[in-house]
Amino acid sequence: MLDVSNGGGESDAILSVRSVAKSFGGVQAVKEVSLDVERGSIFSIIGPNGAGKTSLVNMISGFYKADQGSITFDGTELIGKRPSQIAEQGIARTFQNIALFHGLTVLDNLMLGRHVRMKSGILSSILYWGAAQKEEVEHRKRAEEIIDFLRITDLRRMTTGELAYGLQKRVELGRALALDPTLLLLDEPMAGMNQEEKEDMVRYVLDVNAEFGTTIVLIEHDMGVVMDISDHIVVLDQGEKIADGTPDVVKADPAVIRAYLGASHLQD
Amino acid sequence: MGDLPFAIELAGQGVANGLMYSLVALGFVLIYKATDAINFAQGEFVMIAGIVIAALASDAYGFPLWLALFAGLVFMVLFNIGLERVVLRPLIGRPIVSIIMATIGLAAILRGFGPMVFGSAPRGLELPIPDSPVIFGPFFFSPIQLVGAGVSILFLLGFGWFFLKTRKGVAMRAVADSHQVSSAMGINVEKYFALAWVMAGVVAMLGGVLWGSMSGVDTQLALVGLKVFPVVILGGLDSIIGVIVGGIIIGLVEALASGFIDPYVGGGTKDFAPYVLMIIMLMIRPYGLFGRKLIERI
Repeated sequence: MLDVSNGGGESDAILSVRSVAKSFGGVQAVKEVSLDVERGSIFSIIGPNGAGKTSLVNMISGFYKADQGSITFDGTELIGKRPSQIAEQGIARTFQNIALFHGLTVLDNLMLGRHVRMKSGILSSILYWGAAQKEEVEHRKRAEEIIDFLRITDLRRMTTGELAYGLQKRVELGRALALDPTLLLLDEPMAGMNQEEKEDMVRYVLDVNAEFGTTIVLIEHDMGVVMDISDHIVVLDQGEKIADGTPDVVKADPAVIRAYLGASHLQD
Repeated sequence: MGDLPFAIELAGQGVANGLMYSLVALGFVLIYKATDAINFAQGEFVMIAGIVIAALASDAYGFPLWLALFAGLVFMVLFNIGLERVVLRPLIGRPIVSIIMATIGLAAILRGFGPMVFGSAPRGLELPIPDSPVIFGPFFFSPIQLVGAGVSILFLLGFGWFFLKTRKGVAMRAVADSHQVSSAMGINVEKYFALAWVMAGVVAMLGGVLWGSMSGVDTQLALVGLKVFPVVILGGLDSIIGVIVGGIIIGLVEALASGFIDPYVGGGTKDFAPYVLMIIMLMIRPYGLFGRKLIERI
């Protein structure tokens, strides 16, 4: 599973981040970060709170515009594109806090994920004619496949507000999957979950990666999970990249230990 | 108490007028639902649509009625697209007060702009609808009221269906729920903002024609916009069912107040009774009968 020989190489990077920086007022949230995400891998970004992980993901998905640097996805520059355009490129994401559409059913949430793949114009879809109807059926089929995959069949007609926390997170994953993404950005998908929910989520992440071949960029605090499932890890601290490598390499890196446990621990 | 037939007749009037309030309020709700913007100029939209159509149909311009109506529709659609693009879009993400102030300013501009371009003299707007009243049992309507109520019901149901059943309608609700998440789903949020404003323009045009043909067209027509607030506060800022129910209730309150209280106090209750109801509602149920109750996590 691990391809150690490829460390730092650019052989088949689906996403390349080069010297990206972002500051908010006087705070440098991300400083000159570069990284390469290999196609088909599970790539984790870790770091203490305020390390700039979410800022980085927000830049990739177009919510923040990087001050400098470049972000290329399959050879296309992403900086300057709007979030909706980036989603159309095949990049889906989930959010740190649950961000489901609450008045809508589980199925509607997933169908919204299909939105980017729908081609019929406003008028025909309002009138629900011919092509629009046919298209709807096709997308509905894909949504149902994802619902089966995530085993939420009996929840399809429920509005998302009624669901338990862990299930909401799972529906959010489903909605992102409904975009048929080639790259999936998961911002703390397991935060606040109990052990059982976590294990479920880990299994789904692994299954998505294995079955659909989706490249996954994961932000996660649970070290056990990250070390277990990642092919490659990047560690950020105060906006800077302090380590980059396989789980074994990162685990042994003194800079990482210092960032996580504090400098005094190392001096003692 | 012996006035039951009178009360029933008033109620019929109230419901018919109320549905036309619903139509005007629908424009407000469409914009609020999709863009979170509170539009204080909805009444002025109705007014300007009425002024443009009445002016074009008058002898000064001599358009046939159908052409004046069509031109009014095109004007409102283009006007609202431009407005969204130039004024409202740059304000997205700013404090809600900025948007409120911008729309209040806009309302004042429109009240000046209409008379400036088309003259301030009141005009009639004659629709080819007979004048002779229609009587259904105890109810007594003018034909324009029936047409107005019918058109309102048609559009309210149409928009309700759009939001519940069509893909674009569901996407619009998603946009209303969260601009951020919607755009992460690949939804072009700005396109839906524009669509909401266009819809509001269409609704304002209908409101302008209906109210204009009942009460004549001048800047006073903007006053129907004031009824929008009790309607949406009562029904809920973001609910289409709320708009229907709120409109009917406000229409009823208005009609009954003017029928039963006015004789004792010498008139005027029609104008303030809806607001009394609005204030009571704000105190007991600020999100309205059907509005989304926001639970903030702290």
